[in-house]
Amino acid sequence: MPQDFFGRIVYLIQTRGGSYVMGAVNTMIIALVSTFIGCVIGFAVGIVQTIPIEKKDHVVKKAVLHAVRFILGAYVEIFRGTPMMAQAMFIYFGSSAVFGINMSMWFAAFFIVSINTGAYMAETVRGGILSIDPGQTEGAKAIGMTHVQTMLYVILPQALRNIMPQIGNNLIINIKDTCVLSVIGIVELFYATKSVAGALYTYFESFAIAMVIYFILTFTCSRLLRLWEKKMDGNDNYDLATTDTLTHTSGLYSYKEKKKEEDE
Amino acid sequence: MSEQVIKVNHLSKAFGKHVVLRDIDFSVSTGDVTCIIGSSGSGKSTLLRCLNLLETPTTGEILYHGENIADAHTDAPAYRAKVGMVFQSFNLFNNMSVLKNCMIGQIKVMKKDAESAKASALAYLEKVGMAPYINAKPRQLSGGQKQRVAIARALAMEPEVLLFDEPTSALDPQMVGEVLDVMKQLASEGLTMIIVTHEMAFARDVSNRVVYMADGVIEESGDPAQIFTNPQNQKTKEFLSRFMRG
Repeated sequence: MPQDFFGRIVYLIQTRGGSYVMGAVNTMIIALVSTFIGCVIGFAVGIVQTIPIEKKDHVVKKAVLHAVRFILGAYVEIFRGTPMMAQAMFIYFGSSAVFGINMSMWFAAFFIVSINTGAYMAETVRGGILSIDPGQTEGAKAIGMTHVQTMLYVILPQALRNIMPQIGNNLIINIKDTCVLSVIGIVELFYATKSVAGALYTYFESFAIAMVIYFILTFTCSRLLRLWEKKMDGNDNYDLATTDTLTHTSGLYSYKEKKKEEDE
Repeated sequence: MSEQVIKVNHLSKAFGKHVVLRDIDFSVSTGDVTCIIGSSGSGKSTLLRCLNLLETPTTGEILYHGENIADAHTDAPAYRAKVGMVFQSFNLFNNMSVLKNCMIGQIKVMKKDAESAKASALAYLEKVGMAPYINAKPRQLSGGQKQRVAIARALAMEPEVLLFDEPTSALDPQMVGEVLDVMKQLASEGLTMIIVTHEMAFARDVSNRVVYMADGVIEESGDPAQIFTNPQNQKTKEFLSRFMRG
C-alpha cells in the first residue's frame, strides 16, 4: 500500500471502490424512500391536525377527532424527542425480544427513518397549511367546496410549494442520518467506510472518501430540489390568449400592455 | 311579483362578549340590487358573511326560499354553491391560472365535465373583459383584473344571489371604475346582488334599495333616491353629509 495520503486514497478507491458505491447506493435508497414515506405520513398527520372542530359538530365526531389528535400529538412528540439511534436499537431488537416479531433489517431501516421524518414533517405540514392566507379557504368555501376539496385543490398544493425547502432539508438530513442505522447492521455508506477503514487501518483516508461522497450526494440533491422548486413556480411570463392585437386592451382600460412589460 | 330569496329574521352575532349585529331584519327578492352602507365596524361585512355562512349567526334565522339555513343541519357547501361571494381581497386561488380559477368550482362542485366548464368559464371571462388573460396566474394581474376574475369565478357557479364584500376597497380609483362597470352591467341584467360598499355614487345610481347600518343595527333602509336626498334618521343624515362633503 502507498505511504502518502493521496496514494492511499487512490488505492482505496481502486481496491474497495465497490464497497463505497454499494454503501452510497444503500444510503440513497433508504434516504429517498424514507423521505417519501415520511412526507406521506407528515401530510396525513398534518392534515388531520388542522381539521377544524366546530361547535355544531356531532359529539362522536368531536370525541374521535380529539382522541386521534391526542395520539398523533404523542407520536410527533415522542419521535421528535428521542434519538433515532436509540429508537433504531429499541425497535429492531425490542420487537423480536418482546413481541417476537422478526423484522428484516431493511424493513426496520425504512420504518425507523420514515416514521422519524413523518414526525418532523407533520409539524412542517401543519405550519405550511397555517401559512396559507385564510382568504384562500374562504374563496374555496364561497364557491361551495367542502373541507376535503378545499384542502386537496387549493390549500395543499400551495402548502407543498411553501414547504419544499423543508422537504429538501429533511432529505439531506436523512442522507446523513442513515449512518445511525449501522448500529442495526445495515451496510450503508458509514458502515462500508468503517469496514474498509478497519480492514486496512486507513481511518483518515477512508473517511475522507466518505465525506466527499456524502457531500456530493447532499449537494446534488439540494440543487435538484431547487430546480424542481423553480419548475413548480412556473413561467414568470404568460401569453395573452389571442392573436388580435386590439384585444390586448380588451379589459375596460388600456394600461395592461405596460403592466405586461413589467412582468417580463 | 318577484320572489323573496333571502329573508333574515332577528339575526344577532356576537364574537365572545362583543356584539356585532343586533336583531337584524332584512329581505331580498329576485332581481334586487341592495347596497349596504355605513362606517367601518358597523357590522356590514359580518352581516354579509353570515349570509354566506362564513360566520355562524349567534341567534336568529336566515331563510333561503323559506328554509332556515342558519341551523346546524344545513349543508353549507351546497348552499354556498348557490349564493356566490366576491371578497375585498379577491381570494383568487394562487396556485391556478385565471381559467382554472373559473373552472375548478364547476368541475368539483357542480360536477360538470371539463369541456363545458371551460366553455362557460371563457364566456364569463369574456363578459368581465378578462378573456385574453386565461393563462395568467393571479400574482401577475393588477387588483382590478383580479377582482374581475373573481367576479367571473363567482358567476361561473351560476349563483342565484351574488354577495359583494367591499369589492373595490382595495383598489385605486381607476381600477374601481373597471370593477364597478362590470357590476353595473350585472345589475342591468337582473342578477340579484347584495353589495357592501363605500361607493356612494354607485349605491345611489345602481341599487334599488339601500340599507344604512350603524353599530350593528339597521338604522334606515329604503329607496336610494329617498335615502340620499331625504334621509329620515339622524345618524344616516350625519353619515351621508360627511360623505357628500367628500
